[in-house]
Amino acid sequence: MPLPSYAKFDESDLGAQVLLSQHRLKTSGDAVTARQAVARYMKENGASALSVTRFATAVSEIVRNAINHAGGGEFSIYVDRRRKTLTVVCWDNGPGIADVDLALSDGYTSGGGLGRGLGGAKRLAGRFEIRTAVNAGTSVLMSVNL
Amino acid sequence: MAGVTSINLVEHALLVSIQDDITDTEILELQDRLSNKIAQNRIDGVILDISALEIVDTFVGRVIAQLAGISKLLAAETYVVGMRPTVAVTLVELGMYLPEIRTALSLTHALAQLREI
Repeated sequence: MPLPSYAKFDESDLGAQVLLSQHRLKTSGDAVTARQAVARYMKENGASALSVTRFATAVSEIVRNAINHAGGGEFSIYVDRRRKTLTVVCWDNGPGIADVDLALSDGYTSGGGLGRGLGGAKRLAGRFEIRTAVNAGTSVLMSVNL
Repeated sequence: MAGVTSINLVEHALLVSIQDDITDTEILELQDRLSNKIAQNRIDGVILDISALEIVDTFVGRVIAQLAGISKLLAAETYVVGMRPTVAVTLVELGMYLPEIRTALSLTHALAQLREI
């Protein structure tokens, strides 16, 4: 898959994070695999049931966006054992988002959905960053404390 | 279907257990199958057991709400049983209040309510 043309999240964004796993995003089954992997890592590291559900739900929302609206992408899971954080990066090479603030507002939908997905993911994740450009794909970084 | 979602007829209700690995595609297929079964079997109620679900996101929430709407048009009530407290908290944070669905704490409660209809 070609790289998106804007700056992807790199080491400076990720700090001392170690890559745990990478997942291709193409089918709705890949979305399940990605969020279940996140839930498993969180549980192994002692995260509470509520923390797992909130973050796995945020993951489900963003990977679905990549699969349904951008033709698929890639999902990576990182851990920073010293700071005890888990970080995920979801990127796609789809149409991008023209107005991020609008896309994050509740009720906005590009079609079919309720328009709560992206804004909801932002509320559920501890840290939420998005990089996107029109026709250049979208990357979302989210972190949670373990 | 990969997810072993089971559909059982209990009294005049369809008892549906949704598995945690159910995909978007599969849950839409389930919605279709259930709509047909409700119409064919003169069903009074649909009981969705979601106790296995670790998450319910906006998509799954919407499909469940639609299913409740469809069954209502086909003269059946939909009950959701077994929602985990963490899922309830997360749904409210997402702004998904799901007013269309009736919830019951257990299958027994749902069946008791259906008998009263």
